[in-house]
Amino acid sequence: MKITKDEVKYVANLARLNLTEAEAERLQTEMADIIAFADTLSNLDTEGIEPTNHAIRVENVLREDENRPSYDRDALLNCAPAKQAGCYSVPKVVE
Amino acid sequence: MELYKLTAHAAMDLLNKKEVSSTELTKAVISRIESVENQVDAYLTNTFESALETAKNVDAKLASGKTLLPLEGVPMAIKDNICTNGIRTTCASKMLENFVPPYDAFVAKKVKAIGAPMLGKLNMDEFAMGSSTENSYFKKTKNPFNLNCVPGGSSGGSAAAVGADMAMYTLGSDTGGSIRQPASFCGVVGLKPTYGRVSRFGLVAFASSLDQIGPLTKDVEDAALVMNLICGHDEMDSTSVNLPAEDFTKALSTDVKGMKIGIPNEYMGEGISAEVKEAILNAAKLYEQMGATVEYFDMPSLSSALPAYYIISSAEASSNLARYDGVKYGYRTENYSDLMEMYKNTRSEGFGNEVKRRIMLGTYALSSGYYDAYYKKAQQVRTIVRGGFENAFKKYDFVLSPTAPVTAFKLGEKTADPMEMYLADICTVSINIAGLPAISLPCGIGKDNLPIGMQLIGNSFDEKTILHAAYAYEKNAGLELKPQI
Repeated sequence: MKITKDEVKYVANLARLNLTEAEAERLQTEMADIIAFADTLSNLDTEGIEPTNHAIRVENVLREDENRPSYDRDALLNCAPAKQAGCYSVPKVVE
Repeated sequence: MELYKLTAHAAMDLLNKKEVSSTELTKAVISRIESVENQVDAYLTNTFESALETAKNVDAKLASGKTLLPLEGVPMAIKDNICTNGIRTTCASKMLENFVPPYDAFVAKKVKAIGAPMLGKLNMDEFAMGSSTENSYFKKTKNPFNLNCVPGGSSGGSAAAVGADMAMYTLGSDTGGSIRQPASFCGVVGLKPTYGRVSRFGLVAFASSLDQIGPLTKDVEDAALVMNLICGHDEMDSTSVNLPAEDFTKALSTDVKGMKIGIPNEYMGEGISAEVKEAILNAAKLYEQMGATVEYFDMPSLSSALPAYYIISSAEASSNLARYDGVKYGYRTENYSDLMEMYKNTRSEGFGNEVKRRIMLGTYALSSGYYDAYYKKAQQVRTIVRGGFENAFKKYDFVLSPTAPVTAFKLGEKTADPMEMYLADICTVSINIAGLPAISLPCGIGKDNLPIGMQLIGNSFDEKTILHAAYAYEKNAGLELKPQI
């Protein structure tokens, strides 16, 4: 499976990463290698086989809808690079 | 014997007999760290003061005539992707360089609750992505058996610290071999529990359907003791399984008569070095002498596990690491004029090369048009691999294999080609894909004084059988490993 430089740049945008030309070229080669390795799976007949998402059976875990003490807002906000008036602060997104 | 060399259970015995204090033990390990850390580079953060404080409280409890809990007062350390309240937790990434969690992970809480002096946080590959700990943003950890070699990864700091007696035991995490492979490289015992055994609450997520926390210890008995401490149901992790508590130390017996062992041919063929193969064959022979039977069998699906693993783990990683956007925690770029630019610059400046590679690969595998060919296909392979193990466990009590195809490689030897590094995980990833428990323990010494590890794979939630068989081997083999430092 070939991967073009444009595809690399398209995926980088989806992943919210900037790539220099040199990085894009390097990733093009590396991703092609890894994807070729992944493509070895295409020889395997998986017709009708159910995919496994989790190794154990995962079920919804429910509990009563009740108020419980949670983490301190200020303690959590202290982890943020920028905050204002008890909120996370980000560049303006709505005009 | 120097106090820092003690196993955790030997230290417990001395504490309970009041032949040594927790303060003496903790001080001995701290001075060991101070004398060899500049050669090993295992620690990212040290918390010696609070460890000594904890030790002092344990000693006061002992002096008042109370009995200690198992592992109480025994100094230990934690991999730096496990959140510790008020203590920097970096994941060895620039992205989280200054992240101080406001809460404890489930396992960190357990350790604190029993009064274990916690010495610090250990180096790793950035976000646990890697097999040599060379992807750390901060430093490269060295192998205590040969300082020119890598400790393995991603829990390289956790393994090297135990191997160099810089902690009596440590906690690591294992997504595709990240506890077992470094344990094998550093001549220590490492156990990846069954998926769901140990709560992942507070473990910084890499691939959520594969990640599991486990112990790295000096011997098998210690592994059982640490398992007793960290297992248990936690409502904060919806995949945490609610099972009655088990005492894993009850499984430790030297009698393996009648046990049936299967060795998959796929893990003894191409790519496995001659010295590793020989060590596994010798271990199999010893098991036979001890009264077990050994059989070789084919499990063709194993050869599909590695490509499936890299698709699933990268896909989950790309999704999990979307949260690092410069808003809620961690690094934020200084250069931006709008939100999109802030996201992109933050992520491009904060993540290292391997992390970017996996995010790219995972995003590609999940992107429109490729989902069926890669992600769905990989999850179907997962079903086949699980089925292969299910069949194996109808015939065998456990499955034996090398932990890694080679012994520790030289620093820098495999950093140029990502594919070559990925092959270091060839014997371990299938276990995470199937969610099974597996333990790695030393079974030989290869050239350049480098330890060889073997892997015992157990059926789901049957850690007892592999602990039992590992203990029996360890007691009978009487292997003596000599670190370089």
